[in-house]
Amino acid sequence: MKFARGSILAAAMLALSSSIAHAGVTLSVLIDTNPESIASLDVLTKAYKEKNPDVSFDVEQRAGGSEGDNIVKTRLATGEMADVFEYNSGSLFQALKPERTLADLSDLKSEADVRDIFRKVVTGPDGKVRGMPFGPAMGGGIFYNRKIYADLGLKVPKTWAEFMANNEKIKAAGKVAVAQTYGDTWTSQLFVLADYYNVQAQVPNFAADYTANKAKYATTPAAMRGFEHLEEVFKAKVSNADFGAAKFNDGLRMVATGEAGHYPMLTFGIGTIQQNYPDNLKDLGFFAQPGDDASKNGLTIWMPAALYVPANSKNVAEAKKFVDWVGTKEACELMAKAVPSGPYLIKDCNLPKDIPQAVADMLPYFDKDGGTAPALEFLSPIKGPALEQITVEVGSGIRSAKDAAALYDQDVQKQAKQLGLPNW
Amino acid sequence: MSRTKSPYPYWFILPAAVIFTVLFLVPTLASFWFSLTRWDLFSVEFIGIENYRQFFREPFLIQGLFNTVIYAVTTSAAKTVLGLLLAVLLTSGLWGQGFLRTVMFFPVLVSTIGVGITFTVLMHPTRGIINVALAAIGIHGPGWLTDPTLALYSVVLVDVWKGIGLATVIYIAGLASISPEYYEAARIDGATRTQLFFRVTVPLVKPATVTVVTLSLIGGLRSFDLIWAMTRGGPGFSSDVLASVIYKQYQAGFYGLSTAGNVILFALIAVIILPLTLWFNRKEVEL
Repeated sequence: MKFARGSILAAAMLALSSSIAHAGVTLSVLIDTNPESIASLDVLTKAYKEKNPDVSFDVEQRAGGSEGDNIVKTRLATGEMADVFEYNSGSLFQALKPERTLADLSDLKSEADVRDIFRKVVTGPDGKVRGMPFGPAMGGGIFYNRKIYADLGLKVPKTWAEFMANNEKIKAAGKVAVAQTYGDTWTSQLFVLADYYNVQAQVPNFAADYTANKAKYATTPAAMRGFEHLEEVFKAKVSNADFGAAKFNDGLRMVATGEAGHYPMLTFGIGTIQQNYPDNLKDLGFFAQPGDDASKNGLTIWMPAALYVPANSKNVAEAKKFVDWVGTKEACELMAKAVPSGPYLIKDCNLPKDIPQAVADMLPYFDKDGGTAPALEFLSPIKGPALEQITVEVGSGIRSAKDAAALYDQDVQKQAKQLGLPNW
Repeated sequence: MSRTKSPYPYWFILPAAVIFTVLFLVPTLASFWFSLTRWDLFSVEFIGIENYRQFFREPFLIQGLFNTVIYAVTTSAAKTVLGLLLAVLLTSGLWGQGFLRTVMFFPVLVSTIGVGITFTVLMHPTRGIINVALAAIGIHGPGWLTDPTLALYSVVLVDVWKGIGLATVIYIAGLASISPEYYEAARIDGATRTQLFFRVTVPLVKPATVTVVTLSLIGGLRSFDLIWAMTRGGPGFSSDVLASVIYKQYQAGFYGLSTAGNVILFALIAVIILPLTLWFNRKEVEL
């Protein structure tokens, strides 16, 4: 009885507040704490408010990584999600059960101008598009310090052997050759994940076979190379002394300021360097992680995150209108100006003329036919959750590359079983 | 024993019973059910004991279990021994005793996560104040939290530092309840100070020991926050304990699997603590 009265009161208050707010609508937005996400949303909401004075925004930030995954899933499952939220595309998007939890965006006008390569990674199992790209595509590869390269007369490596030779020269010059930052465990995965272009260049069917439980890391030499690279870098002793405790920001500082020659990372680090070390931005270069064959050199790319609208949002119509606008050329170029750290995935959406050097280094891969390949997580729903611990072990010399690949296969099997995939 | 009728009506327990049922009993029983399912928050599918099988196949579960026991036993032993010694020291009429007791207890009041983050900075292998200080006197300090053989023990050290205040306070209360007459009698019989400690203090402070051992053992077995703040179970899996293994399953979105892990943790604590408490209680009756 008490409860019933309480809920009537709540309903009455809700009705009252919505009638007061009738003149305007407040869209709640949930994004992560990455400086690039914040900067992008900031320019978008400002411009949208100018065009639609009756709309205001209530922006909320959440943690990234697996903690963020939990926040998003829990809030979606309990119906507490914001009207618009930002989240990864690809396998993480699929884990949200999009066909049940997210609003269908396929009828939005601007979806027609979203590039196919992106539309694929935000399409649910029912074939409906449910996300709008938010931010630039990213490359996974190796940041390098251009000053060190110029001083030592080094050339951008096209093969792994050339890369290791450069490392020896940088080490001989008394600098850190490869910055490693296992204090943020996720950063340890780059040599494995960014090697995927090289994996698929040699084994074109790897993603499909891997998903179908037919191909394994431990038994596919091309796939195991990533783990071996990590082991080689540890054995060559070319990393910073505090590699076990250093963090993501330390790695960016080292490669930007010339303490270190290389830092394997995703290009979203450019935004942080632009903010923290603007004077060093011109010294920062970027190249794809080289494989064994110089003629098959290309870049592993990550699709940007997307904006989604939960199916049960109170403001679905207004939220969809905003997301539709985010997909226009006009909105996209606002984002491109605020965060010019990679190509955008809306047709005719151009980057500004003045872009950081590392971005300029990345664009040729996109222009070349077959110069890029999406990372494995955009081609398969399976990514073992313990990869970052396993790569820390290999990179710290605790476990051999061979053991690590086999252990990761076990981890992958667990993930597939928990997803209830067939054949596992 | 005759059953006298309680002067209070039974429905007096109703408020407590409702809270206990809704917030404790129902979730506990529900967790037994969810541990038998594949659960991703959006849908539930019954899969029998598959989660338990998977959990016991976790490559680092055995090491995690082993680490859990090491962690619980070492922290509990250190807190018991050091706590008693400190309590004796702080009841011996030392100058500034009141102030020292306060200082002793202070770490207990600080947030565990805060302590963890602070010590992570202090224990940084190259820039941390501990290794900088060691380097000043010519010692090359180890990677306290980055050396896989050392990480768990570094956390144990911090746990003891943080938790010892509580053990000391319990012991101070225990010491205060020992009648001074025992000491007088023993002294008249010619007991030395060592004999006083081992023959009078230690046996008579037993109820406090039982409390300290039980509390710190349970605390150690289910400890999570300090380990997570300092090493996240790393480097690799080297300082994983049962609770951090469970948490990682939860993070990965394996909600059914992590619930199964929690049921196992529940069983483990019950299996260790129940006989221990029974044994302690029997001893107490014998005394």
